[in-house]
Amino acid sequence: MSYVTKSPWVIHYDGSSCNGCDIEVLACLTPMYDVERFGIINTGNPKHADIFLVTGSVNEQNKAVVKQIYDQMPEPKVVVAIGICANNGGIFRECYNIMGGVDTVIPVDVYVPGCAARPEAIIDGVVKGLGVLAEKRAAMDNKSAAPAAAEPKAEENTETEGKEEA
Amino acid sequence: MGKRTIIPFGPQHPVLPEPIHLDLVLEDEVVVDVIPSIGYIHRGLEKLVEKKEYTEMVYVIERICGICSFGHGWGASASIEGAMGIEVPERAEYLRTIWHELSRIHSHLLWLGLLADGFGFESLFMHCWRIREHVLDLFEKTTGGRVIFSVCKVGGVRKDIDAATLKEISDTLNALKPEIKKLTDVFLEDASVKNRTVGVGVLTKEDAIELGAVGPVARGSGVYQDIRLTGNGAYHELGFEPMIEEAGDCYARTKVRIRELFQSIELITKAVELIPEGPIDVPVKGNVDGEFVLRLEQPRGEAYYYAKGAGTKFLERMRVRTPTNQNIPSLVKMLKGCDLADVPILVLTIDPCISCTER
Ligand code: SF4
Repeated sequence: MSYVTKSPWVIHYDGSSCNGCDIEVLACLTPMYDVERFGIINTGNPKHADIFLVTGSVNEQNKAVVKQIYDQMPEPKVVVAIGICANNGGIFRECYNIMGGVDTVIPVDVYVPGCAARPEAIIDGVVKGLGVLAEKRAAMDNKSAAPAAAEPKAEENTETEGKEEA
Repeated sequence: MGKRTIIPFGPQHPVLPEPIHLDLVLEDEVVVDVIPSIGYIHRGLEKLVEKKEYTEMVYVIERICGICSFGHGWGASASIEGAMGIEVPERAEYLRTIWHELSRIHSHLLWLGLLADGFGFESLFMHCWRIREHVLDLFEKTTGGRVIFSVCKVGGVRKDIDAATLKEISDTLNALKPEIKKLTDVFLEDASVKNRTVGVGVLTKEDAIELGAVGPVARGSGVYQDIRLTGNGAYHELGFEPMIEEAGDCYARTKVRIRELFQSIELITKAVELIPEGPIDVPVKGNVDGEFVLRLEQPRGEAYYYAKGAGTKFLERMRVRTPTNQNIPSLVKMLKGCDLADVPILVLTIDPCISCTER
């Protein structure tokens, strides 16, 4: 955790989850797991957030909401998909109102599997997300320094990170 | 008369982790009308009966909601058992009752925390959730899961709890009592908390009956109604009496839930004393042929399960009606005429579970 020199703020949105993963996300913030001691704060405002935690899968009605929260977040930003529902639809994937995982709508950087995902796993996912965030920030810095060269490489990095998690 | 303004509330908002959208029609600061719109979380899981066998449906129904997941698993299993004419062993009924009451304790503590968060008492929220973790530990110890258990199955339960662990459950809960009492006294006696709840969002007894309120919302308005009175599970042997408050305001609903917390501890202690020895499940053969209706008292109120099969391994229909669905008309009634600043508290006071409502 030596690279946790920044305190990311997270925003949470519940797609069509069963609540199981949601309350585990909230449990991360409360005394037992207490990520607030690292300065990780759950904010309601997308423009304040660095990391987007999505639980549950997407459907026709909420995909616009998910997309809009993502678009409002400032760069660099990281998306963490929590629970198997958010990864690929999980137990509900055959339901008529489920489009699949969150990655059908927005790019996902870290996948946290589990039904329900345990708080330890969620915290782990957020910490992984910090690594991705640092990479993205470095890529942005490089980009402003040397526009053409750095960009493709940085994107490659983030993709491998995502795949590893899946 | 002021100008009318419409303020959209949700679906992404800080009071609730779940998405619900309300259009609040305001006249100055007063809410004059409310238009709820739902559908952000609808999955259509009842339709999965066509793709999942009836034994698998139990896990799907369990995942209607991660807070009352045990109750949903019980409801699904018991309605299928009813349709198949299966009698579940006494010990399984007791174990189900114990887990169900544990769910109620964790659910009510969770709700108290959210309420505290709703009126801006952050440390109280944290304390509620801290105590709740002890209950989750008991769940983890006995079922292996923290929020989704999959321990109920058609024909009984999947895991037994040995005598020592049963004793540990009742000891842990009884040892938590003073701490819970200290916490709940803040909700019941602190002047600034009472300012937010006493006399706010009054629902009269007549309205509660007419709008079909269920659970603590109905009981907080003086309606004598609780499905546990029908004696399902092991309740008939535990001597159950519902908790009733007359005032019908937020304070009364909070008080009902707080009294139920302690009652659940009593019920579990008693069940641990009375639990008979014996098998925990019966073998299940054949397919569902017939239909069955079952009612169960979830932490949020009456839930209703319907299972129908026609002799194949797939059910024809599995229908669930959940408590929050029943309480939304009461919520709309309470919201009309309240101040804008009270909206979060009032939404929380019915203990909404949107995952349940939309399924
Ligand atoms: S992954 Fe499981 S626990 Fe999490 S939201 Fe989906 S069904 Fe619920």
